[in-house]
Amino acid sequence: MDAVAQFFNAIPLDLIIIQTVNGIVTGMILALIASGLTLIFGIMDVVNFAHGELFMLGAYVGVVVVAATGSFWLALVGSALILAIIGAAMQILTLRPLIGRDPLNTILATFGISLVLQNYALWQFGPVSRKIPDPMSSSFTLFYLQYPWYRIFIAALSAAIIGGFYLFLKHGKFGIWIRATAQDRVMAQAMGIPVPLVHTGVFAIGSAMAAASGVLFAPTTGVDHTMGLDWVLKAFIVVVVGGMGNLGGSIAAAIFVSLLESYATIWLDPSQAVIVSFVVLILTLLFRPTGLFVPTPK
Amino acid sequence: MTTAPLDKPLSLGKTRLGHTTIFWIGFCVVIAVLAAAPLILSEFWRRFLTEVLIWGLLAMSSDLLIGYTGMISFGHSAFFGLGMYGAGAALLLVKPPNLWLAILFGLTGAAGAALFVAYFSTRLRDIYFAITTLIFSQIFYVVIFTWTSLTGGENGLIFTRPHLSIPFIYDARFTSTTMHWFVLAVVTASYLILRRVTQSPFGMVLQSIRENEPRTRAIGYPVARYKMMSVMLSGLFAGLAGVLYAVQNEFAAPNFVYFLTSGDTVIYNVIGGIGTLVGPIVGSGFFLLARELLARMFGEQFPYLIPLGMVFIVMIIFLPQGLLGFARRWLNR
Amino acid sequence: MSAADDSATPLVLVEDVHTYYGKSHILHGVTLSVAAGEVVGLLGRNGVGKSTTLKTIMGLVQPSHGAVLLDGNAITGLAPHKLARMGIGYVPEDRRIFRSLTVMENLRTGLDRDGVTADRRKALLDKVFAYFPVLAERRNQAGGTLSGGEQQMLAIARAMMLEPKIILLDEPTEGLMPRMVSQIGEIIEVLHQEGVAILLVEQNVPLTLAASRRVYIMEKGAVRHHCASSEIDANDPVIKQYLGV
Repeated sequence: MDAVAQFFNAIPLDLIIIQTVNGIVTGMILALIASGLTLIFGIMDVVNFAHGELFMLGAYVGVVVVAATGSFWLALVGSALILAIIGAAMQILTLRPLIGRDPLNTILATFGISLVLQNYALWQFGPVSRKIPDPMSSSFTLFYLQYPWYRIFIAALSAAIIGGFYLFLKHGKFGIWIRATAQDRVMAQAMGIPVPLVHTGVFAIGSAMAAASGVLFAPTTGVDHTMGLDWVLKAFIVVVVGGMGNLGGSIAAAIFVSLLESYATIWLDPSQAVIVSFVVLILTLLFRPTGLFVPTPK
Repeated sequence: MTTAPLDKPLSLGKTRLGHTTIFWIGFCVVIAVLAAAPLILSEFWRRFLTEVLIWGLLAMSSDLLIGYTGMISFGHSAFFGLGMYGAGAALLLVKPPNLWLAILFGLTGAAGAALFVAYFSTRLRDIYFAITTLIFSQIFYVVIFTWTSLTGGENGLIFTRPHLSIPFIYDARFTSTTMHWFVLAVVTASYLILRRVTQSPFGMVLQSIRENEPRTRAIGYPVARYKMMSVMLSGLFAGLAGVLYAVQNEFAAPNFVYFLTSGDTVIYNVIGGIGTLVGPIVGSGFFLLARELLARMFGEQFPYLIPLGMVFIVMIIFLPQGLLGFARRWLNR
Repeated sequence: MSAADDSATPLVLVEDVHTYYGKSHILHGVTLSVAAGEVVGLLGRNGVGKSTTLKTIMGLVQPSHGAVLLDGNAITGLAPHKLARMGIGYVPEDRRIFRSLTVMENLRTGLDRDGVTADRRKALLDKVFAYFPVLAERRNQAGGTLSGGEQQMLAIARAMMLEPKIILLDEPTEGLMPRMVSQIGEIIEVLHQEGVAILLVEQNVPLTLAASRRVYIMEKGAVRHHCASSEIDANDPVIKQYLGV
């Protein structure tokens, strides 16, 4: 019995709980980013390499709005709206001309856009990271930590946004348009659904979601022009693991991967913990390439 | 699809030269110009031209995958980086530093990475393959970045340039001119080899895979094996570029392994023209030259990637075949 | 004798259309017309280009040569969703209903249009449910759970939601039980009574001849024969020539 007791004592239970909370928080943000990405892919077969930069720009717009108005909520809403417009413009100018061409073209085009946006941010805002102050500074005690309420808040708000979007998809005319287009683009057109508009709309929504995650996430770390890179990589992993085009799958995968990574940081250095998500991806590709969270492989 | 030499004369005005003859004449002219260049250029431009050739080699290796097999890869930074670090390892471990050992170590390192990437990646179609190669670049990046004791971590490795030694014939330090000639020789040889490969039956199968993979598989070709070989070959030449870079610049650093380097490579490919082998070299020249000129006109801080990125995007939309795309058929005969 | 069109402008006119799929020359100058409210049949073996003709009219495929006119206006090159709004309904081969959408949602893809009042919506839905009671029963079920025949009904009902001037029907009886085949015949008659024109592509010759006023017969990408349905029957040598095995 002694050995068992010793074993249980060795597990840092408090650390695990803390990291579970952390994992869920990061997971929800990642889910919000990945939802937009998987939606765009599911509807238009476009792999949006620039998605991380939409996240990053969203955060920067948030910084600017907060600096100008002092309101976090205004920053959140304003950033989402502005990035929705930017995303729509992006799609109309650079992706519409590429419809019908080899999908490799859109990967390259969005990659080019990501470079332009990154460097624009660097040029416009400089290399020093900016900050958005926490909208709520209170915290509660979690074991030996002062855990900021804010982190719980962003997880809850991300979940709310995703939930709201899910409801939007399930009800209402536009939800039907989007789901019909995702299912069968050709017949959607034959039914009078303006598919090009749906594409642009979806891209705008995806961009807005990325921007919102950027603003929500900004107070926890600094905002700089490279923040998109790490997140886009993770988002891609999540989208593949969750099943490309599968909304529920990417949410589950986001939380799963984030939890694993958070646990890994108990024993590993954070810069090494990213390997966890890489390993998950490799295993998924080897054994369940259509996605870990897809019910039956097609 | 192979035309016998001097088969159909091109109508070049009144001349009656065969395609092959024109090609080789043009080839020799270009080589001669590139070889003579260091004699008249300043030190800076000499090194610049050498770097263009090195990046061109990297982009050329990537063209084998993109232009001929139809697979977009963001993994070349891994092959390049491992070639670089491999060379560095040889130059640090063995005294006196030996050029050929560096090449050997570098190619071995790159081959190892290519094998790893190839095995996992070739089972996947386009998008998944691209993302996976990107992830693999990042895996290598993280490993190199964090395994400080082995790789020097963030600071990279610094080593000395070996002598240019051809046993029994020659042994002396590199000058920037002889360095250039060495690189030119390596790149030229690589081009000739890759050209031979792409025009061989093997190369034809690769192109068939690019055109229509399911049909190629249906005909009976072991597509996965061909793809793996393509990745291996591509990785080897990318690694070679890495070795050259290490020898030229005497350091190895992790940021070259970051996937953005692969991104740059793909940009050179697209600008220069995919499926042409020389196009990527032209593309890298164009890009690096533009960058240099922009820096000179507007200062080092100028975000050159904004205009150049936009050029890239515009080219994808309106000129996807790249600068040399018009000559693609001709160059591949 | 050919059944010449009235002097009025036909509803749909396909004029010397050539269509390619990549390098394959599928349609070699197809010319046909459908008058308002008319049921016209399009017969021919597999692969002669019947479906491609419908797709060209619907704008899903662009012709390289020739024109398609609706009410005398050229519509070649217009996007399919515009054509649907302009009054062309399309019921493709293998139905292609939205499997993950419910029956009701499938209908709504056609029903949710500008200018349809709530009363009109109700009237349309009531009408369609009266014709297809099965769909009313299954209205909240996912389209993918319906049987083949039910899906065919849904595909037609969905097109009806657009209140089209013409419906392009591509092999509606394929794979259906005989009982359902006659039901399709009844539906076509009902649509005809309502004044909807129909261009019916079919392999089922008796059904087509019974339902349509005129038939075109295609072979190798062009119209080879054109006559009134009353002039021939299923055993006619013309039929044997172009559709016989």
